[in-house]
Amino acid sequence: MSDLRKTPLHNLHIALGARMVPFAGYEMPVQYPMGVMAEHVHTRTKAGLFDVSHMGQVRVTGADYAAAAAALETLIPVDILGLQENRQRYGLLTNAAGGIRDDLMLANRGDHVFVVVNAACKADDIAHITANLSGVTVTEVTDRALLALQGPAAQDVLAAMDAKAAEMRFMDVATLMLGGAECWVSRSGYTGEDGYEISVPAAQAEDLAKALLAHEEVAPIGLGARDSLRLEAGLCLYGHDIDAQTTPSEGALNWAIQKVRRKGGARAGGFPGADVILEQMENGTDRKRVGLRPEGRAPMREGVVLFASEADDTPIGQITSGGFGPTIGGPVAMGYVPTSHAAIGTTVFGALRGKRMPLTVAALPFTPANFKR
Amino acid sequence: MKYTEEHEWLRVEGDLVVVGITEHATTQLGDIVFIELPDVGDTVAKDDEAVVIESVKAASDIMAPLDGEIMEVNADLADNPGLANEDATGKGWFFKIKPSDPSQMDDYMDEAAYNAMIS
Repeated sequence: MSDLRKTPLHNLHIALGARMVPFAGYEMPVQYPMGVMAEHVHTRTKAGLFDVSHMGQVRVTGADYAAAAAALETLIPVDILGLQENRQRYGLLTNAAGGIRDDLMLANRGDHVFVVVNAACKADDIAHITANLSGVTVTEVTDRALLALQGPAAQDVLAAMDAKAAEMRFMDVATLMLGGAECWVSRSGYTGEDGYEISVPAAQAEDLAKALLAHEEVAPIGLGARDSLRLEAGLCLYGHDIDAQTTPSEGALNWAIQKVRRKGGARAGGFPGADVILEQMENGTDRKRVGLRPEGRAPMREGVVLFASEADDTPIGQITSGGFGPTIGGPVAMGYVPTSHAAIGTTVFGALRGKRMPLTVAALPFTPANFKR
Repeated sequence: MKYTEEHEWLRVEGDLVVVGITEHATTQLGDIVFIELPDVGDTVAKDDEAVVIESVKAASDIMAPLDGEIMEVNADLADNPGLANEDATGKGWFFKIKPSDPSQMDDYMDEAAYNAMIS
């Protein structure tokens, strides 16, 4: 793993007994001695600490916030101009065909837009934004780690270090002093639980992580449980559940595109693929991302081909994420099916080890979101 | 107890052989969430795929270590596949096979040889 990059918490992961794996060019902890299942349950019941420093932290700066936001709106079909100061929202970079280049988080930080992008896409995203926008400066923040503290105990743990943490609502952003470190904190995450994402100067990241882990309720959580947590929460993994070939409507992400950017809105369109995306938002699509519950206990994973019946030879779709949901206590999956088969309660069949196994189209998320609205 | 290179253990019990996978294997696999066992009465040949194990990470196949007939399977694993993690060589056993050629047992390692292999 010598070519892989290490995060500022690398030594801590090793000291905590993590099993390290290559992920998006980084050496990352997939699990700790607690194990994936217990780490998942711990996050849902107490609090988990995740190292997500592999993700890209990017500042987009213009003459002022509005200039940077207006520029980004030419690449992102989201209301960025209307975002209040110190508020964050989910967004998408789209391509000319209406597909999704990446999904990301956008925050209004007063004088700039702070963007967090996927690790595997960050170099492309930065190049794409830089090449397509004039009058703005795109700067990757490389001297900060990114931690996530997730779970019902997260608020009490973080508020013990800075009381302001308790006052934040879901998707609020604030600068907090955590153990002497100036941290950029958002009340958000990728687990479906309440919690925070914390950008911390790299030099202070290990001390902060240790201070958080010193709380009895907090355990370190690896990528394995991060994946099962986000899957139960119905959240997309870029490159799997959404990609350059899936549109926002197909990905069931219409909610991410605010009215002001839709047909009839004050700033409708004006982003790559707007013709396709806005037409689909009005008239629907042929296929759609749905939740799927395999019957029985056998997990059905990414790549399992879906059929309309036990005997039909023509595939109708495919699973894009699947595994065991520890909180659900059974297998869960997401995938694409024709809109004709997307109604909740529809039975479809997955090809598993030469057999056709039934799955039921189910509402997402599988586990209720516990956000502090 | 005998051991295969595929991390199965084999324990003779009268004229049957009890088969499971080792603690080393279950630790490597991680939390086991589903185990598909053969049917009682199945006749299997050595190296036939006999068991599918799904862990939180991936699916793995376990091969029959001997020729023979499946006489019993561990029904407790259907509801509680985690038994294979908790008690790999005890309550986490997979199946009991009646070997048609007991001399095939001689192909496998003893505990010292297995421990040397995984160390």
